[in-house]
Amino acid sequence: MSTVTMKVNGQSVSHDVADNTLLVSFLRETLRLTGTHVGCDTSQCGACVVHVNGASIKSCTMLAAQADGAEVTTIEGIANGDSLHPMQQAFHENHGLQCGFCTPGMIMSAIELVEKNKNLSDHDIRAGLEGNICRCTGYHNIVKSVQDAAQKMGG
Amino acid sequence: MPEGISEGIGASVRRKEDRKFITGKGRYTDDINRAGQLHAFFVRSDVAHATITSVNIKQAAAVAGVAAVYTGQDIADDGVGGLICGWVVPNRDGSATHEPPHPILAKDKVRYVGDHVAMVVADTLETAMAAAELVEVTYDVLPAVVDLASAATGAEIHEGMANNTYFDWELGDEAATADALSNAARVVTATMRNNRLIPNAMEPRAAIAEYDPIADSYVLHSTTQNPHLLRLVICAFVLSIPESKMQIVAPDVGGGFGSKIYLYAEEACCTWASKKLQRPIKWTADRTQAFLSDAHGRDHINNVQMALDKDNKIIGLRVDTLANLGSYLSAFAVVTPTYLHGTLLSGCYAIPAIYTNVKGIATTTAPVDAYRGAGRPEATFLLERMMNIAAAEIGMDPAEFRRLNFIPKDAFPYQTAVALQYDIGDYEAPLDRALEMINYKGFEGRRSEAAKRGKYRGIGLSSYIEACGIAPSAVVGALGGRVGLYESAVVRVDPTGTVSVFTGTHSHGQGHVTTFAQIVAEKLGIPLGNIEVVHGDTNRIPFGMGTYGSRSLAVGGTAISKAVDKVIEKGKIIAAHMLEAADSDMEFKDGKFTVAGTDKEKSFGEIALSAYVPHNFPHDRLEPGLEETAFYDPLNFTYPSGTHIAEVEIDPTTGVVEVVDWACCDDFGNLINPMIVEGQVHGGIAQGIGQALLENAHYDENGQLLTASYMDYCMPRADNFPSLKVDYTVTACTHNDLGVKGCGEAGAIASPPALINAVVDALSSLGVTDMTMPASPEKVWQAIHNAQTKAAE
Repeated sequence: MSTVTMKVNGQSVSHDVADNTLLVSFLRETLRLTGTHVGCDTSQCGACVVHVNGASIKSCTMLAAQADGAEVTTIEGIANGDSLHPMQQAFHENHGLQCGFCTPGMIMSAIELVEKNKNLSDHDIRAGLEGNICRCTGYHNIVKSVQDAAQKMGG
Repeated sequence: MPEGISEGIGASVRRKEDRKFITGKGRYTDDINRAGQLHAFFVRSDVAHATITSVNIKQAAAVAGVAAVYTGQDIADDGVGGLICGWVVPNRDGSATHEPPHPILAKDKVRYVGDHVAMVVADTLETAMAAAELVEVTYDVLPAVVDLASAATGAEIHEGMANNTYFDWELGDEAATADALSNAARVVTATMRNNRLIPNAMEPRAAIAEYDPIADSYVLHSTTQNPHLLRLVICAFVLSIPESKMQIVAPDVGGGFGSKIYLYAEEACCTWASKKLQRPIKWTADRTQAFLSDAHGRDHINNVQMALDKDNKIIGLRVDTLANLGSYLSAFAVVTPTYLHGTLLSGCYAIPAIYTNVKGIATTTAPVDAYRGAGRPEATFLLERMMNIAAAEIGMDPAEFRRLNFIPKDAFPYQTAVALQYDIGDYEAPLDRALEMINYKGFEGRRSEAAKRGKYRGIGLSSYIEACGIAPSAVVGALGGRVGLYESAVVRVDPTGTVSVFTGTHSHGQGHVTTFAQIVAEKLGIPLGNIEVVHGDTNRIPFGMGTYGSRSLAVGGTAISKAVDKVIEKGKIIAAHMLEAADSDMEFKDGKFTVAGTDKEKSFGEIALSAYVPHNFPHDRLEPGLEETAFYDPLNFTYPSGTHIAEVEIDPTTGVVEVVDWACCDDFGNLINPMIVEGQVHGGIAQGIGQALLENAHYDENGQLLTASYMDYCMPRADNFPSLKVDYTVTACTHNDLGVKGCGEAGAIASPPALINAVVDALSSLGVTDMTMPASPEKVWQAIHNAQTKAAE
């Protein structure tokens, strides 16, 4: 067991967890932030993407202990009160989600993608989301959503 | 409606359900925890086919934290029933489908890698997994049966089932078809392989079962597409529990595509054990378990003969199919390759004689069942490939060959040679539109331009029809179905005029909460925000049949429409009483009940209030309240149709196929929410392109699934697709109130042959005439290499 302390969605948290606890389990089971999902066991699907110190990370690939001292942002932490993050709004406006299971990871990946490069081509977006699998949308409206959000985020 | 017409039928309303999903507040089964819960983990067979000689649980049961380890013997000792088949067909000789027992934990034999052998229940998942490693199972290994073509002569999988054949079924007129083939000016033949797929909803299956000893009742949260069907099967056939003692809740469900229709062993075991241990029991599949044990899809071999007359009209079609159904008969394994496949073989074409024989074959692989399209993609693939093969043989443009053989638009209703009667359609309109969208005329220019860049460019069409919203129940029963295929709805108007809709179907991403509310908003003239749609909880909704087969709008939406009509009829009587008018003079429009030809009116809200505060109310004629139920059993399937066109470029140095353009035009009848419909089309196309280009479930000769993770099974990613061009034509369905047809599966049905036709077209100059799915870089490179080698010889 180790004590891990981090800031999650702006709040300091500190818990004793088994050393082999994955960050995603810490978020889902210890903190009950269940918006971050687990869709595979090989770090392929991207449903578990969160931001650790501003970078998008597959939280199934990282131990909670490795995030000790970090600032973690999950899908629950990106809206400003009732005001949605532009990426969330864009997914809603452009029908960028269906069953919603991949959506949190997709949104978290897309935010980082846009923050790094606001002049994204269609190809850049598709290549940039290669690590996130969606089975419902055919990605068409996800790409539209990211384009829309990129504009609103100052692209 | 007076305000917010933009919220009614035909409007691309943004989805009501989105907010919870985009803020991380969705509630999927694995998000639910219960106080005192235990975790289940299943010991699965690691061999494909074997007699179980012993199962030793002693060490595992002794691990600290393990509550119990159960085996097939425990299940048998308790008299627990097996999983059942929901539809059977007669054999050609009149005998019945062979339905071997399917125990929820294997006791004597295992029949596929992943078969359930023991269940370990512990206080944590980690403990259960660790203890499962200590369950010692010894096997007397038997030969695996993997190859579909030779499976009938393989080792016996089920005792007493000859030739590993579950059924041997036929449809159509064999003699007339033989005549057509012998009198034909040309017979085109081909063998097709429809590759095996794994559905891969992004949310793995999960369950949490709770038993209440005081009430002697259960609550099962499950990732199911149809809670009532699950309840019926688990209560009546497996665990012998009164249905009234079982509540099944399907909360948010993360995709299904067919794979979450059926009752699976895991949720039955958890429910059974929750009473044994008097603790909630939770189980969530990891992805590898999902690959191993979710019902797979497709997996056919089809031998096809098409007869053409001297004018290139199709005069006969014979299809002999082997369908791999795996180790056990899953619930709808039998209907998928038979009535959902054989009946589709006429496609959009006037074919006077058709005959098909389908053998349902057992192998030592996971059970195979309905996956998005279910039988119809397989039928459409073989037919639409044949259309291109035949067109190539006779030297005709594939679009014009299709047009020549289309059922003309003035020929409806059209009785096919394979049982279905199409109510309406116009197949040339979407063909013409799709050709225009992709600039078909300009294709050769694009091909030449690509050739200058060293790429082979090809174009491929698929003009499909599909049959969805299976019905009516009486016909379903006559054809061997053991369920009804109606749908239910309750429309409850509250005293303040808000409305709750309780639907028997279910949504796992298709946007029903919005689409269904739009129907009610349009009909009642009230804002969308005043309407709640409830689904997925057997204690709240009327008995319903769930979601699959593109039925939810055509069947479930129509049930809602009919319940709303009853509300309006009752409202008219209440309004007539209040306005002292005759019932027959009452009109309802834009949310107002008016006396025809006068300015006397009552708003919908006033009538709602009056129904629940019935001071001035026609008590002699009506009961108070304003809540109506409808069960709708359609007269026929709905028949969406359309044309999809793929354009690809192939890099001969790598064999990589790039999908560079896609245009489709579908006829789904009237559209309630075009934005949601378009999303369904996109998703269907993606799964179809996945089948044609990327995905394949591969077992080795020992029956080991080599594609049991996302490292090995190639899921479509964002960079596999171009932007998709989607448009519609409309012929309204003639037999439901909304004039709607199903749209959920069309994309997956239409797209694989379009893609493969494009690949073959791209390589046609090299002499390539066929390509099996998936058209992987290796296969495509090999085809190019072989063709070039042959040319050089």
